[in-house]
Amino acid sequence: MSKLNKDARYPVTMTLNGEEVTGHAEPRMLLSDFLTHEIGITSCHVGCEHGVCGACTVIVDGTVMRGCLTLAVQADGTTVETAESLASKDGKLSELQLAFKKHHGLQCGYCTTGILMSLTAYLEENPKPTEEELRDMLSGHLCRCTGYVGIVKAVLDYCENSTE
Amino acid sequence: MKPKAFDYLKVSSAEEAVVALAQGGEDARIIAGGLSLMPMLNFRLAEPSILIDISKVDSLNYIREADGHVEIGAATRQADLMRWDGLADKLPLVNAALPYVGHYQTRAKGTVCGSLSHADPSSELPLCLAVLEGEVDLQSTNGKRTIPADQFQTGMLSTAKQAGEMITAARYPTAKDGCGYAFTEMAQRRGDFAIVALAAIASAKSIKLGIGGVADRPTVREWDLLEGDALNNALNEFAWDLGGYDDIHATARYRRELVRRLGRRVIEEAKTCRS
Ligand code: FES
Ligand code: FES
Repeated sequence: MSKLNKDARYPVTMTLNGEEVTGHAEPRMLLSDFLTHEIGITSCHVGCEHGVCGACTVIVDGTVMRGCLTLAVQADGTTVETAESLASKDGKLSELQLAFKKHHGLQCGYCTTGILMSLTAYLEENPKPTEEELRDMLSGHLCRCTGYVGIVKAVLDYCENSTE
Repeated sequence: MKPKAFDYLKVSSAEEAVVALAQGGEDARIIAGGLSLMPMLNFRLAEPSILIDISKVDSLNYIREADGHVEIGAATRQADLMRWDGLADKLPLVNAALPYVGHYQTRAKGTVCGSLSHADPSSELPLCLAVLEGEVDLQSTNGKRTIPADQFQTGMLSTAKQAGEMITAARYPTAKDGCGYAFTEMAQRRGDFAIVALAAIASAKSIKLGIGGVADRPTVREWDLLEGDALNNALNEFAWDLGGYDDIHATARYRRELVRRLGRRVIEEAKTCRS
């Protein structure tokens, strides 16, 4: 690969939630800004921009990562999943999302998209976490509304009763 | 905030990376996972002219066991090490420390060597390297050199790595027969920066304790097999020698108290798990 110049914009193409999308980014553009401003999705929330809050968490090539600590140019040619991928095309929520709704796992929803993406990756590795394991994993996200109780209940209920 | 503009180069080998580092001069920076560097860029605490991305360099992505140590390449992620089969057996101290390194979400992309390179005084992986007396491999266009852990970290966020050099690997010595290893830390929340991090090794003849989060770098002390008051006195002396500071998370006094109390606990734990 040749050097990308700081003042130029480069095409970035990725498979986003199953569809190929292309936008343009200077080297310094964060993946979170790229997804929001170049592509126009709304789920990659930005709370802190230094990796602490977890609101921007997305899945790139199967790995969870902070959208705000990833460069758009680094995601060129990758497969990216965001919370938009969870519900079906006709808007039907996934079982995990329904569990959040049922247990009041969200209020303002700002942290929720990131948490859902973390869970998507995490539950694949560890489908039946204990409450302690789950809380440890959730420590990578800040939620200012729920106090986490509803979130924990939702996930444990989902893990217990999911038919997916 | 947003980073200041920089050039970007994704490389496919360490050789390519060091050439780019040499051309880029003082302000060129290597990026692997980016978990330490990207926040610095976003805060504009670092303003590199060029970022050289080694995250996709396959030849730097490995965990290799060799005589007496485990070598970890510069592109190897913390989560990969955590999933490595031999970890509990070969590197029990690192195995105990890794769950404290950041969060599930940051370990997924953050690298072991990136944490060493960032050299935060409260980081767990540099502390483990110091206590185990590991070493770090550096490479530049002038060649390669290896630096022992106690000479690598030179202070808060500073290391012996010169401009033009990059870390290519770190070596953590494997567990020795008859030794016990234990790790603990105190932080506001699991995964937050440690207020005090402690790593202990107990052998049949001696005890070794490393402390992170108090001085400007991991600090290691070794004693004969002390017990009772002798151990308390040694820990108290160590706590005072470390200096310590007040910040929003804890006072210097509280830090000293943690060294005394958790020091004792982690040493006892290391003793009981001697093999
Ligand atoms: S915005 Fe990325 S972690 Fe907070
Ligand atoms: S629901 Fe509002 S921050 Fe979590």
